[in-house]
Amino acid sequence: MKPVSFEYNTPASLSLTTDLLVRTKKDAKLISGGQSLGPMLNLRLARPELLIDISKLSELKEIGEDKSKVIIGASITHSTIEDGGVVEPISGMLRYVASRIAYRAVRNKGTIGGSLAHADPAADWVTTMMALSAVIKTRTSDGIIRKIPMHDFMLGAYRTALKHDEIISSIEIPKYSKKACWGYHKICRKVGEFANAIGAIVVDPVQKYCIIACGAVGGAPLILQDLSESVARSAAVPDILEIVLALETSEQQFDAVKMQQLAVSVQRAIEKAVCK
Amino acid sequence: MPTGIGARVQRQEDRRLLNGQAIFVDDIKMPGLWEAAYVRSPIAHGIIKEIRKPAEFETRIFTAADMDDVLPIRAESSLPTYKASDFHSLATGKVRYVGECIAICIAPTRAEAEDIAELVELDLDPLPPLIDALVARTDHTNLVHEDWEDNLFLSTSFDGNIEEAKAKADVVIEREYHTARQCMMPMEGKGTLAYWDGKADQLVVYTSTQIPHLIRTGLSEFLQMDQGQVRVIAPDVGGGFGYKCILQPEEISVSWVARKTGRPIRWTEDRREHLVAGANTRQHHYKLIAYADKVGRILGIDAEITVDVGAYSVWPFTACLEASQAGGNLPGPYAFKNYRCKTYSVATNKPPFTPYRGVARPGVCFAMELTIDAIARAVGREPIDVRRENLVPAAAMPYTNVTGKFYDTGDYPDSVNQAAKMIEFDGFRAKQAKALRNGRYIGIGFSTFTEQSAHGTKVFGAWGLPLVPGYEQAMVKITPSGSIEVRSGNHSFGQGLETTLAQMASEWLGVDIANIRVTMGDTGTTPYSTGAYASRGMVMAGGAVSKASEVLAERVKIHAAHLLQCKPKDIELRDGEAFNKKTSVSLKDIAKAWYLRPDRLPDDVNTAGLEVTEGYKPSIDTGVFSYATHAATVEVDPATGITKIKDYVIFEDCGRRVNPLILEGQAYGGAAQGIGTALYEEVIYDAAGQPLTSTLADYIVPGPNELPDFKLGHSETLSPYTRHGIKGVGEGAAIAPSGAIVNAINDALRPLNIEIHQVPATPHRVLSKILSVQNEGVSSE
Repeated sequence: MKPVSFEYNTPASLSLTTDLLVRTKKDAKLISGGQSLGPMLNLRLARPELLIDISKLSELKEIGEDKSKVIIGASITHSTIEDGGVVEPISGMLRYVASRIAYRAVRNKGTIGGSLAHADPAADWVTTMMALSAVIKTRTSDGIIRKIPMHDFMLGAYRTALKHDEIISSIEIPKYSKKACWGYHKICRKVGEFANAIGAIVVDPVQKYCIIACGAVGGAPLILQDLSESVARSAAVPDILEIVLALETSEQQFDAVKMQQLAVSVQRAIEKAVCK
Repeated sequence: MPTGIGARVQRQEDRRLLNGQAIFVDDIKMPGLWEAAYVRSPIAHGIIKEIRKPAEFETRIFTAADMDDVLPIRAESSLPTYKASDFHSLATGKVRYVGECIAICIAPTRAEAEDIAELVELDLDPLPPLIDALVARTDHTNLVHEDWEDNLFLSTSFDGNIEEAKAKADVVIEREYHTARQCMMPMEGKGTLAYWDGKADQLVVYTSTQIPHLIRTGLSEFLQMDQGQVRVIAPDVGGGFGYKCILQPEEISVSWVARKTGRPIRWTEDRREHLVAGANTRQHHYKLIAYADKVGRILGIDAEITVDVGAYSVWPFTACLEASQAGGNLPGPYAFKNYRCKTYSVATNKPPFTPYRGVARPGVCFAMELTIDAIARAVGREPIDVRRENLVPAAAMPYTNVTGKFYDTGDYPDSVNQAAKMIEFDGFRAKQAKALRNGRYIGIGFSTFTEQSAHGTKVFGAWGLPLVPGYEQAMVKITPSGSIEVRSGNHSFGQGLETTLAQMASEWLGVDIANIRVTMGDTGTTPYSTGAYASRGMVMAGGAVSKASEVLAERVKIHAAHLLQCKPKDIELRDGEAFNKKTSVSLKDIAKAWYLRPDRLPDDVNTAGLEVTEGYKPSIDTGVFSYATHAATVEVDPATGITKIKDYVIFEDCGRRVNPLILEGQAYGGAAQGIGTALYEEVIYDAAGQPLTSTLADYIVPGPNELPDFKLGHSETLSPYTRHGIKGVGEGAAIAPSGAIVNAINDALRPLNIEIHQVPATPHRVLSKILSVQNEGVSSE
């Protein structure tokens, strides 16, 4: 299980990186923490001719905030977030989610931008960012900066709105009020494994915001719009049947066991939020 | 502080292992060393029409056609109707499982070897795969081995008087049980490095194995070389569990290529190869009918056991060890009199079945223990009461059971009592009822077993094996500086034998284990041993070291008596010295006298010297039986099907404990693997025979977070048949967890009218059952 031979390049800046992506005739892949790409290289499922390492680029390591949002650079690691290295858009949620991604060894290397770009349906950040209505800030070779709402970013399993020469530079997350609360629940076969089901909710009574997202559904996480509205209205935990009905409105088909696990993860996320 | 038998001393080998200073096969550096990668079968069953080598790599790729001077691995058995299979180290004619080796490719690095392997073109004509052993068992047209008339390596039957039990029974329990196919998952995968040593005129094979001497025997047999021309060295080995207890086809092809090319060649198994080509163990199916009276006393058991053996018979343990053990061990610690059992060892298109820690007993224990609980429910009694009453009572020891197993010593019912005490069984039912009122499902389960260990000549003979273990040998000597060297042909791959064998020598020679060096694993420097398996290390190798040390101690005393001018019987060996009351002479001076100053010794000195090799086996060949009861409490979340182990206790008896610390480690490790069997580990195949669990994202192994805090308790019932009363213990703890945990799950889910009969009891499996019962309003029993 060794990768096929590839070239390796470490451009000195973001613009040099995007330039290289445009210029090269080779099949190129960006690598930062390598926690998803690494195994795929070793299994020879990914066979790029050129690996461009962006883990050292300072432009991707921004950590900041302004009045309305929190900014997290794309190559900030899960462990930095777990250790409280970024401002929380809502009390404690990012730390909580980060601390439950895989294992510490993975979190030390894996990055938030890499996870979003990889777009594994069962990954934690895609569902979390959906519930938080995050915006993915990108940059292309001609210097164009895009801000893509998370809802439009992930198109499906391992598919995103990123163009060939476009790189995630940072993630912007709206700040929620002090009265806001959140819930997150995932069902895994064992600690650190990819989830079988993820439920996430962010509710802010001040901003009249409520989004319930359901992840590990095989494609992009589902936003349960009607359920979000009814939970926002009633502040009550819906029963399983109601959540199942909400999930059934999506295009995806789930077998009975999967449906039950998804519904339970959503219900338990809501329990955690509403009960606070 | 004495470091002999019973001392709770830390493991000598851990300094090396924990500081990254161990040397595994993959750590070896050697000039001119090339790496190997295999082309493996991408399909489960098919005819090989053509293998095309790319012209530029003609000399780097070898197939079966090149290896025409090598015999297929063939494990004969003396059991009637047994069919032997030809297991070619590179596939010949047909491929019979996904992952079977077809060609070996060599290059300076593994990555380049894999590049070459990708270029080999296979023209395979697929045949329908045989994936379900119950289907393959009766199939006479689609055959794994086309020259057989069916797919049975062997079927056996044991015919007891089951009609008598049937006639008298008040209660009849009928169940089917399934256990999943598993991988053994040693931390270090398999690895082999071979080169030709021109000076010694020998093929030298470094290999990650439990049985270096047997590998030497096997390699020379199938490579058709004299054993003198083969030297096998097992360096540090990172776990074995049975996986490294057979001759692997890769050991043959790597050796052959090294000899052919004159170049050192290494193959290191990667995790994917292990999960695909090493998916080789644990898969059983049971149809079981239990007859009991109205209080739950078992009158008889009628069983049919099907083992999914895979494509080939492994050497030397054959395709039938598993079923033979299953049929013989199903009655376990229970004292019933009527038993009928049919076993089927079925060929399928899967990797060849290999005995894994516990060998068959995790399956039979699971089947029996669930049946005991089912009987208890049927007669409306507590499972632990029914269990206790059916166990062989202490007063009946020694006891010969219905299949002729000779249980030497023990108090099996007491192990249930002790486990019940440790897990606070009193009061549990009240706690359970209260939890249920709060919508929580908790349950308790017990599992009792016997562990046949260090069984010898007669038992292995009865299993029909081509090789049968006899006397285990060990060499013990004193060096000129007074330190001790122990050499054993057994091997340590995590069991701590470097420490416990030193303790055996320390016991007799009075030397601290820090001054005792234990050498194992090298056929060039150690006496012959059939190796480490069957929980035999401590009884057999330990016994041999003990015996050799005793003989050596007597010789030391004679020399010491001369130097101290007293009688040998007045000499006591302790603290590295030989004492006669208050005067003493050090072992160093005794050794010096023998090796360097013989002028200080009398002319009639014993010329056998200070080096002793002795052979040993216990006074009975039928094995000595350790035993234990495991008990678990669990909580099952009926909304997700997830089982959480709350408490887990083990009460065990393995006779004299040589090193309690190491013993506890064995219990933790074994139970962890048993929990993997119970809740997590499962190789899944699709209808085409493709394994769907080829990475660790799909094949789930429990980690520290999934394991409970084990509580351990011990008693010491010595065996009268072994040196120091020791019984084997290496496998035991892996046997019982499935029974204890699934019994606890079934106890928890009893209010929902649900019984699980299959491991692993995954959330998916448990939840499907809950949902189907909820939907139908009836049990899907």
